[in-house]
Amino acid sequence: MRFRSDNGRVLAEGVDWRMIERGAAEYPSKLEHLPDPPDRIWVAGRRLDRLPPAVAIVGTRTPTPYGTDVTEALANDFAMGGVCVVSGLARGIDAAAHLGALDRGTTVAVLPGGIDVCYPSSHRNLYTRIAELGALVAEHPPGTPTRKHRFTHRNRIIAALALATVVVQAGERSGALSTARHALGIGRDVFAVPGDIRIDVSVGPHELLRDGAAPCTCAGDVLERIGVELARESAMRDLQEAPADMPPEQASVLALVGKQTMSAETIGSLAGFDGSTLAKTLVRLELGGWIARGAGGSVRRLR
Amino acid sequence: MSVAKAETVAIVGLDGYPVEVEVALASGLPQFTLVGLPDASIQEARERVRAAVLSSNERWPMQRITVNLSPAHLRKAGPGFDLAIALGVLAADGRIAQERLREMCLLGELSLDGTIRRVRGALASAMAASQAGKRAILLPRANATEATLVGGIDVLPVDHLAQAVRFLRGECTLDGVAEGAAEPPAPVEDDDADLTDVRGQTLPKQALELAAAGGHNLLLRGSPGGGKTMLARRLRGILPPLTHKEALEVTRIYSVAGLLPEDAGLITQRPIRAPHLSVSTAGLIGGGSLVPQPGEVSLAHRGVLFLDEAAEFKRDALQALRGPLEEGTVTIVRGRWAVTYPARFQLVAATNPCPCGYLGDALRSCKCVPGRLATYEERLSGPVMDRIDLQVEVERLKKKELFLHAPGASSAVVRERVIAARGRQADRLATFGIQINADIPTASLEQAVAADASAKRALERSVDQLGLSARGVHRVMRVARTVADIAGDDVVTHDHVESALLFRFDPKK
Repeated sequence: MRFRSDNGRVLAEGVDWRMIERGAAEYPSKLEHLPDPPDRIWVAGRRLDRLPPAVAIVGTRTPTPYGTDVTEALANDFAMGGVCVVSGLARGIDAAAHLGALDRGTTVAVLPGGIDVCYPSSHRNLYTRIAELGALVAEHPPGTPTRKHRFTHRNRIIAALALATVVVQAGERSGALSTARHALGIGRDVFAVPGDIRIDVSVGPHELLRDGAAPCTCAGDVLERIGVELARESAMRDLQEAPADMPPEQASVLALVGKQTMSAETIGSLAGFDGSTLAKTLVRLELGGWIARGAGGSVRRLR
Repeated sequence: MSVAKAETVAIVGLDGYPVEVEVALASGLPQFTLVGLPDASIQEARERVRAAVLSSNERWPMQRITVNLSPAHLRKAGPGFDLAIALGVLAADGRIAQERLREMCLLGELSLDGTIRRVRGALASAMAASQAGKRAILLPRANATEATLVGGIDVLPVDHLAQAVRFLRGECTLDGVAEGAAEPPAPVEDDDADLTDVRGQTLPKQALELAAAGGHNLLLRGSPGGGKTMLARRLRGILPPLTHKEALEVTRIYSVAGLLPEDAGLITQRPIRAPHLSVSTAGLIGGGSLVPQPGEVSLAHRGVLFLDEAAEFKRDALQALRGPLEEGTVTIVRGRWAVTYPARFQLVAATNPCPCGYLGDALRSCKCVPGRLATYEERLSGPVMDRIDLQVEVERLKKKELFLHAPGASSAVVRERVIAARGRQADRLATFGIQINADIPTASLEQAVAADASAKRALERSVDQLGLSARGVHRVMRVARTVADIAGDDVVTHDHVESALLFRFDPKK
């Protein structure tokens, strides 16, 4: 797929889109639950009526590493449970949700502009991959630029396409909360992922929890409610057993690092390593595919 | 008509060139002319010299005075010629003996009351005078100590023009400053910047030691307030002390730049320079309107150049670092003048992980737009990044955590290891004509690093597993060589490679 800039928009060329009128076979019946269902939608990628049941994951565009990690793991687990993940292609939580789902299953991105307008433009690769492996949906004619008011309006479609909406991290006035309101308005379940009470992007989910949203601490919480059985594995909690022949330094680091990120400095002081042992051990685990290092030198266990 | 000659020195770049001051007194209307490519600052000498002579209770010849500075092709600047001109005029007037004057080199700026003021570049001037075969150099007292660093020439400090005149008439003697007076007893310890002050930061300290031992340029990456500056300041304390030759080079640069403290002799501590991110290209590499002055890269010669917030520096300024980083010298061209200054420094660059500084922070979300993130990284790429071998993440520790960590090795202990490792490198690398692992050219890596089969396997694995680029592999090889040199091992094994890999620096192109 090729992209070109045009008048502030980034247009995808050669998108194989189709227009679906309300009442057509592919038109999702779930949209009829909305007070104002769109008369026609534009779709690219897989047929919407053949996609599995869906869950929406939405949240802030500026997550912390915790938010990104949790979103990816949740989306991964949903995909493994055979559920489609719906989100809005935005930065942060949305992108993590799409990426996590694409690993094991499928995903739908509801676009704020026309079907061929890639917004944000830095998500060209993600846009292309979703068009191939999942589906893109838009309610505006091709070429429609994104505008502020279209984002919140678009959120009602995300809420309607999904059986349940999960809010991961969101600020006080986040668009994710508008998605949750739309979901409640049409009687869908809303879940919130609890976060660190000290940070601003936890305010949104905690507000929802206070108002009666169900807590989401694993994919099973959501899947159970919508009647889908959870696959036995989970990307969120399950960790592989360290092999018996692993050198003790490496094993002790693995024992320290769970799925949350931990700083290299903390690992070093907890394990009692000097600089060169710490450097060597971390590299060996990295080479073995056990851990990954993120920005700021933090360490995360991969398996 | 009577003619007299006096000798002084002109500084171009770091070098002094002997200059002859010829003074001719002829009959005619009283007039004072200066010729021989003097710049505006020397033209002003006429006023200073006349006032200073009169203040010294000497007669000013009421004749037509012509002063010629030769060789005429050499551009001359600065007030250091005042003393030679004044004494030349007095000699031409028959007030002092010519023979006495010709034996020595004269240096000094005059104030209107005849006091002799300190000049720049006295060390380089004394060197030039010594080479030109002068027996003595007459110069301002404040410059005496640095001049004694040059052997084989008598250093005669003077305070006032009248005193110089009396001395040349043989009416008084001057106390020469003994040679070697400037030699320091021992290298000074950097007391306020020891490694033990840095709690925690195990990995950054490890990287700092590798950087010092192998001469590798280092990139520190981390959130604001994490201690990047604190770490960078401690690099010089673990570098080997300056050799006498290196110390002379550094002192000469500071002398020419006019940055030598008064009465200071040899600079024995490696310099550390930390220019602000708003520094201009000329300020960084050297420049100036008339005679190019040394820039930060030269002032950091044999020391450390620390660029905090490196990605925020002007693009041109960063680009201009390419030459010095590769050649160890910098050549500045201004009009007809090309001046070369030494600039062999070790670079420590520090940067935030992203423009807002909080990418990857556990408790603050990063508010940077991804587009800006990419440009931020790009600004760091290019010539400077090509010469950086090591990268380390500096974590922001909480105050409480700081007390959990025992103080680590002191700078002195680490320095011993660094000195030993440098010695091993110098022996091994002598055949390649270099001294430190950071300078191993890519073509000689295979031969100079001496990696065994296990090391090569580890490198191959890092290409597959970590996506290391070819250039990244070369960097890791150099650093692994340094790891082995610190350990005292001749052959680089997988163990050394793995110790180096955590600090890999591999910017995506």
